Amino acid sequence: MSTAQAPGGTAAAPPSLGEIRLEVRDLEIRLGPSGPDVVRDVSFSVRAGQVLGIVGESGSGKTTVALALLGHTRRGLSIHSGEVRLDGVDLLRLRPAQLRAARGARVAYVPQDPSAALNPTLRIGTQLTEALRVHSGITENPADRVIEVMREASLEATPEMLRRYPHQLSGGQQQRVSLAMAFACRPSLIVLDEPTTGLDVSTQRHVLDTVRSLCSSYGVAAVYVSHDLAVVGGLVAHVAVMYAGQIIEIGPTARLFAEPVHPYTRGLLAAVPSPERAELLTGIEGQQPRPGGRGAGCSFAPRCDFATGRCRVETPWPVSVDGRLVRCLRTAEIAGAAAARQAAVPGPAGGEPTSALSLRSVCASYGQAQVLSDVGLDVPAESCVAVVGESGSGKTTLARCIAGLHRNWTGDIIFQGAALAPGLRQRPKDVLKRVQYIFQNPYTSLNPRKTVGQIIGQPLEQFQRLSFRERTERIGAVLDDVSLGRNCMSRYPDQLSGGERQRVAIARALVVEPDLLICDEVTSALDVSVQAVIVELLRRLQRERQLTMIFITHNLALVRNIAQSAVVLCNGIVVEAGPVEQVLEHPADPYTVRLIRDVPKLAVAGLPGGPPGQIHSAVRIRPASQPADSQPAAGPAGQPTLP
Amino acid sequence: MAVVTPGRFPAEQVPGPARAAGRRGHLPEWLSSLWAAVRTTRGGIGLALVSLIVGLAVIGPWITPSPPNALLTLDYARPGGHFLLGSDALGRDVLSRVLAGGWLLLLMAAAATVLGVMLGAAAGVSAAYLRGVSDGIIMRTIDVILSFPQLVFALLLLSVIGPKLWLIVLAVAVSHAPQVGRVLRSATLDISEQDYVKAVELQGTRPAKVMMKEIMPNLVSPLMVEVGLRLTYSIVIIAGLAFLGFGQQPPASNWGSMINENRIGLALNPWAVIVPAALIALLTIGMNTFTDAVARVAIGVERRPEEAALLDELVPREIA
Repeated sequence: MSTAQAPGGTAAAPPSLGEIRLEVRDLEIRLGPSGPDVVRDVSFSVRAGQVLGIVGESGSGKTTVALALLGHTRRGLSIHSGEVRLDGVDLLRLRPAQLRAARGARVAYVPQDPSAALNPTLRIGTQLTEALRVHSGITENPADRVIEVMREASLEATPEMLRRYPHQLSGGQQQRVSLAMAFACRPSLIVLDEPTTGLDVSTQRHVLDTVRSLCSSYGVAAVYVSHDLAVVGGLVAHVAVMYAGQIIEIGPTARLFAEPVHPYTRGLLAAVPSPERAELLTGIEGQQPRPGGRGAGCSFAPRCDFATGRCRVETPWPVSVDGRLVRCLRTAEIAGAAAARQAAVPGPAGGEPTSALSLRSVCASYGQAQVLSDVGLDVPAESCVAVVGESGSGKTTLARCIAGLHRNWTGDIIFQGAALAPGLRQRPKDVLKRVQYIFQNPYTSLNPRKTVGQIIGQPLEQFQRLSFRERTERIGAVLDDVSLGRNCMSRYPDQLSGGERQRVAIARALVVEPDLLICDEVTSALDVSVQAVIVELLRRLQRERQLTMIFITHNLALVRNIAQSAVVLCNGIVVEAGPVEQVLEHPADPYTVRLIRDVPKLAVAGLPGGPPGQIHSAVRIRPASQPADSQPAAGPAGQPTLP
Repeated sequence: MAVVTPGRFPAEQVPGPARAAGRRGHLPEWLSSLWAAVRTTRGGIGLALVSLIVGLAVIGPWITPSPPNALLTLDYARPGGHFLLGSDALGRDVLSRVLAGGWLLLLMAAAATVLGVMLGAAAGVSAAYLRGVSDGIIMRTIDVILSFPQLVFALLLLSVIGPKLWLIVLAVAVSHAPQVGRVLRSATLDISEQDYVKAVELQGTRPAKVMMKEIMPNLVSPLMVEVGLRLTYSIVIIAGLAFLGFGQQPPASNWGSMINENRIGLALNPWAVIVPAALIALLTIGMNTFTDAVARVAIGVERRPEEAALLDELVPREIA
């Protein structure tokens, strides 16, 4: 442990697996020298060859911790106390020059967005050799090392490739280049900050496989930060769940995911949708306390179903439960309660097959590029159709054509028996009122200078002549309907969380009582617990108001939870359409098959079919193609069982 | 603007609209960001300079020690005795003329600025939002006006129509409009691609209403910066025109024309030139400094680092 190694001296011989490489103790990061804490009491250790996942929702402090592992903080934050020991050397005590030498050589960082991290004016080869040149003495022959790491990262190590600029590579290739850069100096620790967030599922899976095999073959300790539980589940042996700047549960992944103890972990897992079952998603209501607003007691208590008076007063300390550390006062009581998931109510049988909206040979293009070709689609009245596809498949363009935002299309879109005009201006007011649209990103779809009441009141003002009193009443009613409450009418969007903003956007669409609701990736900008709440809300509203709904998503797992039928788009062509069960269980098209295969899946125990306790068989973590030796630190009980 | 008097009502009894904007405070956005600018060192200094000189110009006419246009003493008398800043070319009291000669200059500058920014904003916002032919016509017109130097453009109009005060204001305003229009056009291009604008368009809202209700409120910061910047230019141009003899006609006093009238006697009584010139300089420096503070607050440079970090932490990253 305390084998004091000179900083900069890289490990020449790969250390044996299982040796502790990184140890973090009582890390505390504050906002300014004496401000409120952003991160506190964070302790964990990572062994060689092991990947530790840090999961949490936005604002939980996971990226702050990841950066602190490199001795870095964002502007305004400062590391108040704690240790970050890498091979026994405390990085936080190093002098600036020593820290600089250690960064890159012994600790490497892979950022979220590779297109922003690579220098657009330098060739790939130059950027890869740069780190090797800066840290002299790492290798005799940088050129050979570059080719070696390129191969390891599954990139073609041809001279042409090395001469390319970052913009000539795809997103997946760019991320591989940053992985290759991180591994070039053979560091002891790699910090990966959501490296696959912007990538398609297929690319994401390849990158994850690369990370896993590199870590195990070089005995590198890795810390993998992600908001995506399914991705983490398939990759890491140990996982730490962060909430409000603290680790609230840490332990072997398989066990933690199978039998979560902390109520927050339970909530988070219950919110993850699965493409294999239709379930009622349960999100976590409320929001995380912000730095400075974290009072006494357990920081999760205000949102916790199990909370008692004691939880609000007493600060929970980590207790060891079943091989992991949990920060909860009521572990004993909670452990017994089964985390049962309700099966979703099956959709309406669809007795009357009248179609509310049908598309016939719709082609759309942006300038010269054809985005949709010959799309046909039927949306039965009062049902929900999911449109699924990867980015670039034309699903958003399809939505925009129906809504009238994109005018450059040909073909027929028939809504309630009448053909729709291409552009908004040609459509009668009544049609505009009956078709409403919810945008992807609630952070850009609400005018920051208007109050919630003004935002929701705008369509009412446009379509209906109402007195001030009537209008206020309608706005209040719809706010109640989306469970926001009337008192937020005078708030501004920047006073709301992401989930609350999306509720406002839903309320704006519903206030004029439309017949057709188009939801364009409405949950992709939201945390998973919030996503579950929003999907449930939309499903309830669709039933109650008998809405016809088009739900556009790249997340196949969500489809089952909301839609009755699904349409799969690939490069602007409908490759598969049918009832959800049929499309997901018996996909006919190879593209759909691949799409379903590549979705990282997370299966959790405690289902109606799997009683809690039989962890080994109830947990299935995919992708399944992992070698057994990549999970060196998982105990026998924690070994994921492969189906 | 309803102002909540603390302690008067329990929060629950305050009627709805009065409690609007909760955490944001009860100031409208432009006022609160002006206030934020004032609290920075830069903004404080700038505003102090500006208010000092504006105060002098406004109160000035009422506190002149002697009538500003009366011939009282020798030409270019040195300061001393009754005449604190000496006398000018015709033996008039410089101090009285300085005190009386500012307000109209400032009023004209303010009027020209407001008019110019309004014209420019209307042109820029509609060009960016309407695109197409309107954009082409508006922007090419702007290019034509822009091809004349500002002072030359004003001189051209004045020499054709004659030195009328309203025409000076109009000429300066029209010469400002292109620059303002360009800045606001690029700001609007960004905003009109935002989803919240699309959401309103989806309801079939008329373009004029979209521009007024959705876009303009988001242009408050660039507008404030433009007003400040254009005001400094207006002061300089109007004083410059007065120096060249376009402005109030003699014997009325004006800081710009005073510099011209008295420059021949610079060696005899320099104060008759230095004081009005210094006042104009300090006013523009002050105005510029304050505008700079406003711009910095608007883009977040002057935010305290702790606050900036907190925002980073709370605003989720864009999902591709």
